Amino acid sequence: MTTSTPDIIDLLAGIKPGSSLDRIRTQRPETREQAQKSYLALFVPDTIGDVSLVERQAIASFVAGLHRQPDIFEFYVNPLGDSEENRWLVEVLKAEIGAAQAVGPYGQYPAGPLSVENAQGLIYQVSKAGHEALGEKLAAALEHAHLLVFRPRDASSKALQALLDAGWTTDGIVTLSQLVSFVAFQIRVIAGLSLLAASARRAAA
Amino acid sequence: MTDHIITPAIENRPVAFTQAEIGWTPWLKPLAEDDLTEAHLAGLVEASRAKSPYFRLLVRDPQVLEARTKTDKDIFYNTRTGLPRAERELAATAASRSNGCIFCASVHSRFAAHHSKRGDDVQKLLDEGVEVDLGDRWNAIIAASVALTATPPTLGDEHIERLSAAGLDELEIADVIHGAAFFNWANRLMLSLGEPTPTVQ
Repeated sequence: MTTSTPDIIDLLAGIKPGSSLDRIRTQRPETREQAQKSYLALFVPDTIGDVSLVERQAIASFVAGLHRQPDIFEFYVNPLGDSEENRWLVEVLKAEIGAAQAVGPYGQYPAGPLSVENAQGLIYQVSKAGHEALGEKLAAALEHAHLLVFRPRDASSKALQALLDAGWTTDGIVTLSQLVSFVAFQIRVIAGLSLLAASARRAAA
Repeated sequence: MTDHIITPAIENRPVAFTQAEIGWTPWLKPLAEDDLTEAHLAGLVEASRAKSPYFRLLVRDPQVLEARTKTDKDIFYNTRTGLPRAERELAATAASRSNGCIFCASVHSRFAAHHSKRGDDVQKLLDEGVEVDLGDRWNAIIAASVALTATPPTLGDEHIERLSAAGLDELEIADVIHGAAFFNWANRLMLSLGEPTPTVQ
């Protein structure tokens, strides 16, 4: 499985073998390999544990949609769209992403000198229709993902309690948190390297 | 047994950015040191990390933790070529300052100050925020890190040009991108799985 999966950052940043950015990444082989292994650990894990593969793809699609990265959204949502059983999720996720748009980071600091930097923004809740379609556990995960993506400084033990109440386990919450945070990293590496590649191509032209 | 959260009673909780050594305490139960298996130890990468409640919580998913830890180490410690360690730590500090991770910013501002010998400038970044003026090169690194930290990211050609004008080559710019991007992973874990505790006297 590992050998057949292309390097996802290269794929989504459009980094071609032999290009300037390929040579840059070749100078950081461990970063390249471990970023890929992180992806595989989350989306092709050795053990599924408490988070199903469908839940993983759905949450990653939602995170990519919140970052307004259409190509990365397609990458994560396509396995759902390709499956008869899960196709319904695509439209539900698109509708939720549409209602969840914001510009971050925002949120509250603990009361004190940083309170002047507090910034308000959307506190997203899954729509009623979305909730009914997704069920308790996945709906709670999307709300938590939105919190982590846009207002991580608002995170609280109460938010974790809401996940437990919705059927998440402690192990599952660790995997969920890693997944949302990893995709936030991966999106930024792809966005940054894509820009750098474009700038290198202009310089060479 | 039903899982439950931990609500620590913390007096004098940190409420400002600082270079001081502060602590961190989890909101979910870490594994006990005695319960760690071979697979968990592989996930921790370094045996010393078994002392940390943060890593003993993350090791509940050992496969992800192992890859995450090795990604982290290479992005920050592999400095034979490319951007100096100080400026990778500056990117980490700027991302953490922007997201609002007081704990992450404390650790990485100390590293940035130590490796750059510019502790006062690092403190200005913590005190005044990401708009601070620390000279062309640091300003360019901070601006790019903050733009990449925004959701959606606002990093643009102008940021790349500014880094290039400040003397960074492509590999060094890629190092800035990775340093800031990685802290968009780390900040979210640190902020959402527990909270900072005061300096241990």
